[in-house]
Amino acid sequence: MDVQAMHIANGIVNGTVSAVFAVFAALVLAFCGWRARADLDDRLAPMAGLVAAFIFAVQMLNFQVLPGVSGHLLGGTLAVVLVGPWVGALCVSTVLIIQCLLFADGGLTALGLNITNMAIIGTAAGYLLVAGLLRVLPRTPSGLGATALIASVVGVVAASQGFVFEYWLGGTTQLSLPWVAGTMAGTHVLIGIGEGLIAATTVATVARVRPDLVYALRRFRPQPPPAETPVATPAAVSGGTR
Amino acid sequence: MTRRLGWFLAGGLLVALLLAGVVSNVASSSPDGLDATARQGCTFDAQGKITGGTCMLRREQQHQLAGGPLAGYGIRGIDNPYLSTGLSGVIGVLITFALGGGVFWLVRRRTPGKA
Repeated sequence: MDVQAMHIANGIVNGTVSAVFAVFAALVLAFCGWRARADLDDRLAPMAGLVAAFIFAVQMLNFQVLPGVSGHLLGGTLAVVLVGPWVGALCVSTVLIIQCLLFADGGLTALGLNITNMAIIGTAAGYLLVAGLLRVLPRTPSGLGATALIASVVGVVAASQGFVFEYWLGGTTQLSLPWVAGTMAGTHVLIGIGEGLIAATTVATVARVRPDLVYALRRFRPQPPPAETPVATPAAVSGGTR
Repeated sequence: MTRRLGWFLAGGLLVALLLAGVVSNVASSSPDGLDATARQGCTFDAQGKITGGTCMLRREQQHQLAGGPLAGYGIRGIDNPYLSTGLSGVIGVLITFALGGGVFWLVRRRTPGKA
C-alpha cells in the first residue's frame, strides 16, 4: 500500500532554475501573506487550518486515471472557493512544505518548483475561473459545485504546464518538449476531472451545511451583502450624533 | 470562535482523519501523472530500479530527508502496511491542522467587537 511520491523530485530540474523558483515562490507567498491578513478573521483562520488538513488527507487518495497512471487532488481551486485566493495559496503551500519536510515527498531542492506549480499557478488559475464563473452561474450549492469542477480542470492543467515551463528552462534530461507538454496536459485533464469531482462535492456540501463559511459566496458577489445595512443603522445613527 | 464553528471544524477534521487514516489504504498505487511522465522511456525491475532506457527519472537525486521517520507516507518500524500508511496519514492531518491553523490563528486580524 505504498503511497507514491507525488511531487517533483530532486534532480529532475537543475539547481539554478530550482533556486530561481524558490526565490520566486518565497516572494509570491510573502505577498499572499500580506494580502491574506485582511481576510483572516476569527472564523477564517481555523477554517484555513481545516482546509490545509483536508487537502493533505485528500492528496493521499490517488485515483486511477489510465492503466498504470493515477492522479491526486492538488487543491488550489478547493482552497480558493472555501478560504479565498491569498489564504488558499498559503494553505496549499503549508501542505507541500509539510509533505516535503516530514514525508520526503517532493524534493527539498524542488520545493520552490512544487509551490510555484501547485500553490501559485494552480491556485491563481482556479481563482480567475471561480471569480469569472460566479458572475454567471447561480450562487447555489450546485452552481458552486459546477464552478469548482470547471475551475479545477483548468487549475490542474495550468499547474502541469508550470512543470513543463520549468523543465524547458532547466530539465536535466533532453526529452522532446512537445512530448512532455502533451503527456502532462493529457493526463492532467483526466486528473483535473477527478479533482473537480472531489472539489465540487466538498464545496457543495459546505455550502449546504454552512454557506456563511464559503469565502466565494461571501466575497465574490457583485453587490455588497444587504444583511449588513439594518444592523449597521442604529450604530451609525448613535455614532453620527457625536 | 463560536461553538457552532467548533462543531463544524471537528466534523471536518474527522472526515480528513478517516480519509487519510483509512481510505488512503485503497488509493491507487500507480505512479501519478507527473511520476508516470518522468518514468516514460525507462524500464524498471520489480523493485522499481531503472534497468534501461532514457527518462527524466534517470537524473533523480535522493531526497535530503529520505531517512525521516515518516518518509514515504509510512512509519518507520511499523511493518503492517495498512497501519503504517494509515497512522502516517493521521499524524500528517493533525500536524497540518495544528501548524496551519496555529499560524493562521496567530496572524489573524483582530477586530474588537466583530465575530
